[in-house]
Amino acid sequence: MLLSYLKLAWKVLLRRKFFTFISLFGISFTLMVLLVVVAFFDHAFGAHYPETRIDRMVFAQFLHVKFKDGGNMNTPPSYHLLDKYVRPLRTPERVAIASNFHATPSYVGNRKLDLDLRYTDANFWQILDFHFLEGKAIQEADVKAAARVAVINQATARQYFGTDHGVVGRTIAVNQLGYRVTGVVEDVPAMRLASYADVWVPITTSPDDLQKTDLNGDYLGIILAKSAEDVPAVQAEFEQAMKRVPLTDPKTMDHLDLHADKLFTAFARQLTSPLTEYKSDGMEYLVPILGGLALLFMLLPALNLVNINVSRIMERSSEIGVRKAFGATGGKLVGQFLVENIFLTLLGGVVGLVLAYIALQVISGAQLLAYAHFELNGRIFAWALLVTVFFGVLSGVYPAFKMSRLHPAQALKGSGK
Amino acid sequence: MEPTLTAPHATADLISRNNTPMIRLIDIEKVYQTDTIETVALNRVNLTINRGEFVSVMGPSGCGKSTLLSLMGLLDEPSGGTIEIDGRAVTSYSDKELARVRNQKIGFIFQSFHLINDLSVLDNVELPLLYRAGTSGKERRQLALAALEKVGLSARTKHFPSQLSGGQRQRVAIARALAGTPEIILADEPTGNLDSVMGEEIMDLLLGLHRHEGTTIVMVTHDENMAHKTERLIRFFDGSQVS
Repeated sequence: MLLSYLKLAWKVLLRRKFFTFISLFGISFTLMVLLVVVAFFDHAFGAHYPETRIDRMVFAQFLHVKFKDGGNMNTPPSYHLLDKYVRPLRTPERVAIASNFHATPSYVGNRKLDLDLRYTDANFWQILDFHFLEGKAIQEADVKAAARVAVINQATARQYFGTDHGVVGRTIAVNQLGYRVTGVVEDVPAMRLASYADVWVPITTSPDDLQKTDLNGDYLGIILAKSAEDVPAVQAEFEQAMKRVPLTDPKTMDHLDLHADKLFTAFARQLTSPLTEYKSDGMEYLVPILGGLALLFMLLPALNLVNINVSRIMERSSEIGVRKAFGATGGKLVGQFLVENIFLTLLGGVVGLVLAYIALQVISGAQLLAYAHFELNGRIFAWALLVTVFFGVLSGVYPAFKMSRLHPAQALKGSGK
Repeated sequence: MEPTLTAPHATADLISRNNTPMIRLIDIEKVYQTDTIETVALNRVNLTINRGEFVSVMGPSGCGKSTLLSLMGLLDEPSGGTIEIDGRAVTSYSDKELARVRNQKIGFIFQSFHLINDLSVLDNVELPLLYRAGTSGKERRQLALAALEKVGLSARTKHFPSQLSGGQRQRVAIARALAGTPEIILADEPTGNLDSVMGEEIMDLLLGLHRHEGTTIVMVTHDENMAHKTERLIRFFDGSQVS
């Protein structure tokens, strides 16, 4: 019987090609967009190279200072602030401090390369899970000695040296300073803002005065908790530590905000700051807004499906009448239309998956973002498909149920032949 | 191609069954109601169709013939009265029970065929068996092929209704009605949409079915000639039986 239903479903889809196309397009386009957006989201915030232990990591990267005259200052924190108040925290397993990356000129012969340079301490290499193609990370001794050593990514090795093999020990000139290459790592996607760079060098080689006691600077703290469950304890200790940070100019400054946030929370806090004024992380706004948008986005093809299903089933009232006349119960008819709808939505889902895969390949291939590689997220696909099937079923069941309750005589009169 | 019917039952057997009521309508009323108008389609009809009878129902348009057939076939509910099928009052049956009686005891033939255009001839004929519990796919196929054989359409199993003539479509509809070997066939103007030659062919098929298999047939028709070929003619006027 199932086979017969599927055969009929296929024929019905083929018979009304235009409506089938609209219906399938609605489902597959929605799924595709949803999957692409989620792939971007996952690429930026998920557990990916080299931030594979993201569930244990929190980041201190945005400092907000509120002034008494109502003004605000948003900057990254200084090295001093992080080194004095964050590094000594007792609950984390490890605390790393690194600078933000900046494009820095480098020359190969007459060719100029803009390399993104980041200054790091040794812990940075212990917390993050870099894949070394050769050589090793920056060591504690290198940082202490302010040694001119560098870890470079594969793309830089190829561009600068023409090869990514045997470059350890060779010298790369960045910002007119020579650094001896100690390691070559796989390229890090540029969307991983806390870890990405082309060249990483010891933080002590930075031209900045690391001892300067300003609150604002150009650094970020990466904190690794002992376990994912330990993250709240780390955050609690962090908050306590921040209360001890003295304001550099108490006459004009009112208070400061610096939080140890999960990657997405840090983003949420910044994004929603006009609403929250830094009083919370803003998740209470962002989650319902994003959820609502996603739901609204899914609702459109669902409404489209409802509309199409109603007209599709109404025009088949004669078939419903015949089936009832020959012994179909209401339940069997609802089942039949259910199978048809699930078939349609699954078909749309598969098309959506293929479209999303193609779109992500094109986006990855176009290299709009350096070293980005977008992947389909199976879990989100499953959820999205489930929701679409749910809407599809819901939209099909109602008219089918209504029709199944008709007396066969009425259904037979309902349409022509 | 001349349709043929086999004769599995003896005539003596048919005669012995002739006085058992197959369909009984007792004080049946059917009133159609809208917000403003109440239309009486059937007015206290009492009618008995015996097992193995071939009865035709005639009357002007709107006299309640088709309503009568719908009620006999349990396709509609009467506003009052009792319907008995094979000795059982079915008026209070649930949707599921009614579906079972329709499936096992009754086959329908409609004036406009009501074939499902998206299904092949064979799939259309299999339809009643699809809703019969315990019938395997193989059995369904065999029974449907046997029914198509009876109406002379074995060569058209893979065709679709749109590829057939009106007469052929009605034969498919008859095969569908026969496939489940029902005891009753209800035919609502089965020749109404056909020319006289095809109409004769369909009528011969129904007569053969009645004669050889003893099926109880109730046929609504406008055609006096067709009606006179049946055993009994019932005339309706304004929702009441007049002869």
